[in-house]
Amino acid sequence: MAFMKITSPHAHSPGNTGDVMKQVILACIPGLVILSYFFGPGTLINVVMASFTAVVCEAAVLKLRNRPIEFYIKDYSAVLTGVLLGLALPPYCPWWIVAIGSASAIILAKQLYGGMGYNPFNPAMVGYVILLISFPVEMTQWAPPRPLLEGGQALMGPMAALQQIWLGVSVDGYTAATPLDVFKQNEGKLLLENMYREAPIFSNGSWAGAGFEWANLGFLAGGGYLLYKKIFTWHTPVSMLATIVIMSFIFYDGGSSNSGGSATFHLFSGATMLGAFFIATDPVSSAVSTRGRLVYGAGIGLLIYLIRVWGNYPDAVAFAVLLMNFAAPFIDHYTLPRTYGHEQSRRATEKQE
Amino acid sequence: MNQIWPLPGGVHPEENKAQSMQLPLGEISLPSEMVYPLNQHIGAPAKAIVAVGEQVLTGQLIATARGMISANIHASTSGTVSAIESRQLPHPSGMNGPCIVLTPDGKDESIDFERNENYLELERDELLEKIRNAGITGMGGAGFPTAVKLNPRDEISTLIINGTECEPYITADDMLMQTRADDLIKGTQLLAHLLGNPERALKRVVIGIEDNKPDAIAAVKAAAKETNVEVATFPTRYPSGGEKQLIYILTGQEVPSGQLPASIGIVLQNVGTTVAALEAVRDGKPLIERITTVVGKSLGTQRNIRVKLGTPIQHVLKEHAFNEREASRLIVGGPMMGFALEQDAAPVIKSTNCILAPSKQELPDPPPAQACIRCGMCAEACPASLLPQQMYWYTMAEDYDKLEAHNIRDCIECGACSFVCPSNIPLVQYYRAAKGTMRQIAIDKEKSDRSRQRFEFRQERMAKAELEKEAKRAARKLAAEAAKKKMAEAKASAIDATDSDDPAAAAVARAKAKQLSPEEQKGKLERALSSAQSRLEKAQARLAEADEERKPQLESKLKQAELKVQESLKKLKDLDLNGDNTATSNNTVETNEVDPNDPVAVAIARAKAKMNMDPREKLEANIESLKKRLGTAEEKLAVAQAEGSDTAAALQTGLEKIKGKITTVELELAALPQNSAKPETAPIEQDAASVAIERAKAKAAASASMSPEEKMREQVASMEKRLEKAKERLKKAETEDDKNVEAFRSATQKLEDKLAAARGELEALN
Repeated sequence: MAFMKITSPHAHSPGNTGDVMKQVILACIPGLVILSYFFGPGTLINVVMASFTAVVCEAAVLKLRNRPIEFYIKDYSAVLTGVLLGLALPPYCPWWIVAIGSASAIILAKQLYGGMGYNPFNPAMVGYVILLISFPVEMTQWAPPRPLLEGGQALMGPMAALQQIWLGVSVDGYTAATPLDVFKQNEGKLLLENMYREAPIFSNGSWAGAGFEWANLGFLAGGGYLLYKKIFTWHTPVSMLATIVIMSFIFYDGGSSNSGGSATFHLFSGATMLGAFFIATDPVSSAVSTRGRLVYGAGIGLLIYLIRVWGNYPDAVAFAVLLMNFAAPFIDHYTLPRTYGHEQSRRATEKQE
Repeated sequence: MNQIWPLPGGVHPEENKAQSMQLPLGEISLPSEMVYPLNQHIGAPAKAIVAVGEQVLTGQLIATARGMISANIHASTSGTVSAIESRQLPHPSGMNGPCIVLTPDGKDESIDFERNENYLELERDELLEKIRNAGITGMGGAGFPTAVKLNPRDEISTLIINGTECEPYITADDMLMQTRADDLIKGTQLLAHLLGNPERALKRVVIGIEDNKPDAIAAVKAAAKETNVEVATFPTRYPSGGEKQLIYILTGQEVPSGQLPASIGIVLQNVGTTVAALEAVRDGKPLIERITTVVGKSLGTQRNIRVKLGTPIQHVLKEHAFNEREASRLIVGGPMMGFALEQDAAPVIKSTNCILAPSKQELPDPPPAQACIRCGMCAEACPASLLPQQMYWYTMAEDYDKLEAHNIRDCIECGACSFVCPSNIPLVQYYRAAKGTMRQIAIDKEKSDRSRQRFEFRQERMAKAELEKEAKRAARKLAAEAAKKKMAEAKASAIDATDSDDPAAAAVARAKAKQLSPEEQKGKLERALSSAQSRLEKAQARLAEADEERKPQLESKLKQAELKVQESLKKLKDLDLNGDNTATSNNTVETNEVDPNDPVAVAIARAKAKMNMDPREKLEANIESLKKRLGTAEEKLAVAQAEGSDTAAALQTGLEKIKGKITTVELELAALPQNSAKPETAPIEQDAASVAIERAKAKAAASASMSPEEKMREQVASMEKRLEKAKERLKKAETEDDKNVEAFRSATQKLEDKLAAARGELEALN
């Protein structure tokens, strides 16, 4: 009688790539809930729209490429890309912003490079950067967080939100500067202490800006869950956050009007935590070895700080991640681990030991 | 508690060890046929020493080791050899190979095993020989001949007995340690004795057991009490039982890449091998049976059995109520590193530690592989600290330089990376394929390197030969040119040298004559002589036949022919004399290694030869020449006195002088025997010789600096002068009616001839 000829190992740990992606999506929930609490349903609508567009685009390209559609959709990577882009976009931005961003992410940044596993850049961040450069006005209008609402003003309801998103019916005065915007515009004007007192976004917040600080905590919690689940290792997020902290200490400047801002401010404003745990840890486009990931994370942290403090953009996670995506293969060549039985680690570029 | 170095990486697959430990160690019935592959080990296959139809007994040697790295094979039951043929092997490739097939007679009659309870008193070599003869090989998997491993060249400081059994499902070693802990300790002591004796530095003997086998640990610890055998336990984690991994866990040392554990003073043996080695020396029992785990949910019974080697796996399965339909596959070994069999006809061999027949729920077919997302879980799991995901990408890209740099050779193929891969990529299979290709590339490269070297060497050799040929050609051309030039020069200088009294010039002239070798010259003259003689004969014949009126004409012709013959004869005679001369000078020349074609050099050589002559010879030669001169002088004096010439007085004094010289030389010669190296004469002689050398040289240089035309002209002029003088003398002699008038006439004639020849040459030159 003939048996199946199968190569070893025969045993296999449970789970597949789809399960990994689902875990990451699950870990986004605390951050999404907090964002929805502070800014209304805008982000949730973004996430749903972006994910839907992403899946549709993925399916369409797979169809064109004659690939099995169900097999690839089931890996949930397109959904995750949509979710991450939706979380990064400003709430209540026009629907076409979301659609263009999501389609660019899937079609340009992922499928044109060969699909799952072959993309050199983080798809969500490519989509985000395309939008930021192409539609700067729409991309820099954030809704005011709940504590900033004046008396009589309420958070936007689902219907009003959909109206604004789909019909462009804007609610008058319903935008506010983010903490990073305020900080950027303050440069050289007020002492940090005074800025914190005078700007409503800071005066209504506890330590790094109303609403945003809590959203960052939500993403930190999600990241903690993923670390616990061993979806990724601690190296990239920890080295990225540590670099930001170190830079903040060096350039804090005693809180003067030219200060780089405190470590707390940098850690809990903007997309720091989302970037550290959900963007920088994207395995496909990051460095592979543990040493490489330390370098890669540190590079992202450094770039975020440099662009935030001395660059033209208030936030920099997308640019920093994309720049380090470029560097990842280079880092990989010089950060091989030391193999058992070898005196020291080798370089990927050498031909003879 | 001893220190344990935790393994980097590693995984925790489901252990599945309980199901086979529910029942005690079992035995199964004899099959209808036993199959013994000739290659059950690493190394050369054994050589069958039984013939088809031969009766064999249990434990009888049926195939002998071929070379050091090989192992004996023994019959595991009594019966008849029914075939020696190609059968399916328990091998990952599923290939067939030569096997001895035995039909058991059911009696299981055994040969007498040579027991020896005092085996430790035996010589070390004798013990090793017993282990070698028993055909013992590593029973953990690889099957390396044990005797070789127990006789390392390096000094061994640590002996590790591997009771880890980290593969899921397998419990054969667990069962062995529980049931035969005492024998395990004795076997360990035996191996320690072999490695530590004599004068070896064995310091540590340790049995390593994973902590998921508490019963085995308890049994072994109890047996090891009051011995120097240490029992180390460590947390369960696959693949702790890998040779290199266990060494690291127990010692913190790493086996250098590409080397054996012995290179760092460590030998590692499996527990089963250890007990088998003990049985070989104590009981005289060869390796004919082993404990094998038979496990899997498609079996009715799951347990460990003591099975005779050579039992076909299908017989083992039948004895355990195997449900074929339920089975997803059939594995020899564990689920991590075992290989799937396509056919169940293959037998149990020395390294078969487990037969796993899982159900379809237990080990389902692998799902299709998804894309690698470089999540790095494989790198976290890798016990060798490799980057499996990078190796996978480079394997796909067939970038073997990068694979080499990523140390793919250090991959132990444990399967931990494939186990954790969320995309279900069969990573290990990619590495196996890449390693195979790299091996092939290395072989091909060596081959092509060798043939390239060969080709380059051939090219070089041919180029060298071509160069040598070219050089020879050039040298020949140059020599030919030089010879031509010299010939011309010698011809030119010879003419004015013939009549010169200068000895050097004479020497040069003689050398010139030698341009044609004496033999050649002689041949030429002889030819001329014979032709002249034949002409003379013809002329005589014609004269005899001729009429009267034509007679005077013919007579004159005859006279001419006669003259010519005489001349030729004379020349030939001269040549014979000269030839002797040149022959001797030739010898000197050769001994002094002088180019015989160079007249100057020849003259110099002759002068030198003169210098080197024995003083006695020199003096004798001197006397002879002086006597000759004396004779001529006396003649001249007589002539002069007869003529009443006024030169008579002068000639008289000259004669006296020569006489005086002869007497001094004769005196010298007389004095010589007492004092062979005469200091007074030698300088004189030397001076004369060196003067001659100098003159010859100067002449040669002068003639070399002159153009041939000028030389000719000079010669002609000098000859004209000499001819004039000769003519005057001839006239004088004729008027005086000298008796020498004939001689004078012939001399003048000769000079005239020569002058005519020289003029002809000069004309030719112009």
